[in-house]
Amino acid sequence: MSSNERPQRQRVVLAHRRGARMVRTRVEVQEQTQVGDALVRGLVRAQLGLALRLAAVVVCTVGAIPLLNAVFPDLGAVTVFGVRMNWLVLAVLVYPLLYGVGRLYVRLAEQAERDFVGVVDSEP
Amino acid sequence: MTGSPLTASALLAAAVATIAIGAYGVRLSRTTSDFLVASRTVGPQWNAAAISGEYLSAASFLGVAGLIAKYGADALWYPVGFTAGYLGLLLFVAAPLRRSGAYTVPDFAEFRLGSARLRKVAMLVVVVICVYYLVPQYQGAGLALKTLLGVPVWIGPLVVGGIVITNVVAGGMRSITFVQAFQYWLKLTAIAIPALALLGLFFTDRGQLGGPMPPTVKQHTTVGIETDVVVQVSDPAGITVTGTLDGRRLDAAPIPSPGQHTLGSGTTLSLAAGAATPVVAGTPSAGTDWIASGGGLGGGHPLYQVLSIIVATFLGTMGLPHVLVRFYTNPDGRAALAVIALLSLFYLFPTLLGAFARLYVPQLLITGTADAAVLLAPGAAIGGPAGQLLAALVAAGAIAAFLATSSGLLVSIAGALSTDVLRGRVRDFRVAAVVGGLIPIPLSLATSGLELSRSVGLAFAVAASTLCPLLVLGIWWRGLTAVGAVWGLVVGGLMSATAVTVAVAGGIDDDVLGGWPAVMVGYPAAVSVPIAFATMIVASRLTRSREPLDVAQIFARMHVPERLGMGIERVPRGG
Repeated sequence: MSSNERPQRQRVVLAHRRGARMVRTRVEVQEQTQVGDALVRGLVRAQLGLALRLAAVVVCTVGAIPLLNAVFPDLGAVTVFGVRMNWLVLAVLVYPLLYGVGRLYVRLAEQAERDFVGVVDSEP
Repeated sequence: MTGSPLTASALLAAAVATIAIGAYGVRLSRTTSDFLVASRTVGPQWNAAAISGEYLSAASFLGVAGLIAKYGADALWYPVGFTAGYLGLLLFVAAPLRRSGAYTVPDFAEFRLGSARLRKVAMLVVVVICVYYLVPQYQGAGLALKTLLGVPVWIGPLVVGGIVITNVVAGGMRSITFVQAFQYWLKLTAIAIPALALLGLFFTDRGQLGGPMPPTVKQHTTVGIETDVVVQVSDPAGITVTGTLDGRRLDAAPIPSPGQHTLGSGTTLSLAAGAATPVVAGTPSAGTDWIASGGGLGGGHPLYQVLSIIVATFLGTMGLPHVLVRFYTNPDGRAALAVIALLSLFYLFPTLLGAFARLYVPQLLITGTADAAVLLAPGAAIGGPAGQLLAALVAAGAIAAFLATSSGLLVSIAGALSTDVLRGRVRDFRVAAVVGGLIPIPLSLATSGLELSRSVGLAFAVAASTLCPLLVLGIWWRGLTAVGAVWGLVVGGLMSATAVTVAVAGGIDDDVLGGWPAVMVGYPAAVSVPIAFATMIVASRLTRSREPLDVAQIFARMHVPERLGMGIERVPRGG
């Protein structure tokens, strides 16, 4: 990523590497010892928690729109720059929200992955 | 402008370009695995554009604008949901599914739960969803070619079916990736330029959207009625009818009174310039009703309709087989983000066109074929050679929309059938593609009635009630068992598929039991999705002893980052 002159790396997923030097914790994760299993469970819980929290943000904001409209029908009639609020929100403003949440998710999920790799690789 | 040579040549050019790019891609595909998932060597930019190009179907290109023209603000939920579905996919499914190494949902089911029976059930569900999704694409093609060229309605499905089958049989998925990426940009151009042109026109002649009056025609207009329709007439001045009105034969007679009237097929309606347009009964007539939220999309219980659309579209995308296959070719989750951005950009324009269609081609609201709004609005509003050019551009975009999505769906059907029913060779893939492409043609001609976006929304509802719970629970819950998954698929699939079949066949009368049966059949997701999840969970708890033994190993494979050991290469620190 940092240097351009390196040839592009091919990543082949799910192919086991045989005979390479392994950090012990890595072996634990791969061979599903108790320690490895606990590590994986922690990772799954962290990623699921992240996804659920961000989904809750979207559901609460987006789900609130029709409910708010049902309770306060006049709210949609407010105009901003000559465009009615209900159209402005649904046709324009929702999309940056969706993109923003997605971006946040990618950043935090990659952070969680880095943390996990850090823990697993930390052993000498 | 029926049969304009310019439009015809634009349609031809889009189709030829699709085939040509497909043929170019063929030279690059070599082995069976190349054929199916393009060996993961497709670049991320190409992939994001290809995903979007494949996803933006007839429902997005034509249907969204049509629904907005017809029903107004509540129809905006469809494009929002179609985009938000990608977020759901990104949050809950994309990365673990990619790490699992499963190409398709049946592959995933077998990998996760090791059951051949579950695999077969999942395969069946995949084929059903794809067929439900293909039928409205073919119908859209029929409508478009009929509107643009004046040919009989069965020509469209045959032409699009033929091109798509040829393309998929010849190229597999690699060529399709290039085709799809090209199609996204074609579709965006084809819808953005006319929309912006109409926006300019709107600002120069200071039209008004959403006033208290029903839409009015600008010049003398005649409208032919092809199937019986009930319309709401708010002001009969300037309208004359030749044909049957409320069962009586009339010849160039005015409509006697405002209110609801039935127009028989074969009737011709003549509207003088400035006359208020009748609209299909059940759709908002006055502009103030149209522009306000909360009116729903015809029928009762509008709030339930909106919530059910949200459930179906937000959760349905992650169960769409052709979308999932494409995600496997993605190197990372960032492509999903790019897709959200590309879709957000695209949907601005159908929204504009839908609103302007009500202003410039209100006569579409009489017959209810508002799906043609995108095709007709630019030519009708602008006129002259410029208008013809815009109409031709839109026509090219429409054909691109049908071809792109249909190709993706057909690849999924062919992949599922060839690996699970046949023997999985390239030859089997081709045979399955021919069969899978032909089946929806008679179905698309036999059924009709629903708007394109609503038909596609129903396919989303089936996906959200079946494959979505299978994937989400399979990825995040260790307790899922094969028996539980089969039960969930069967219950969710039967409920939603029955509802869709009834809805497409004509639906239930609005007066039965306060309208609830009608609205639940028309918008099943809010009921069927929770039931499918609950069935899967309860049935899994009851068969807890049959949890697969290697579930810890499977979870490690799905969730441990690729760079860690399980991949072939170790990423250097800071790399």
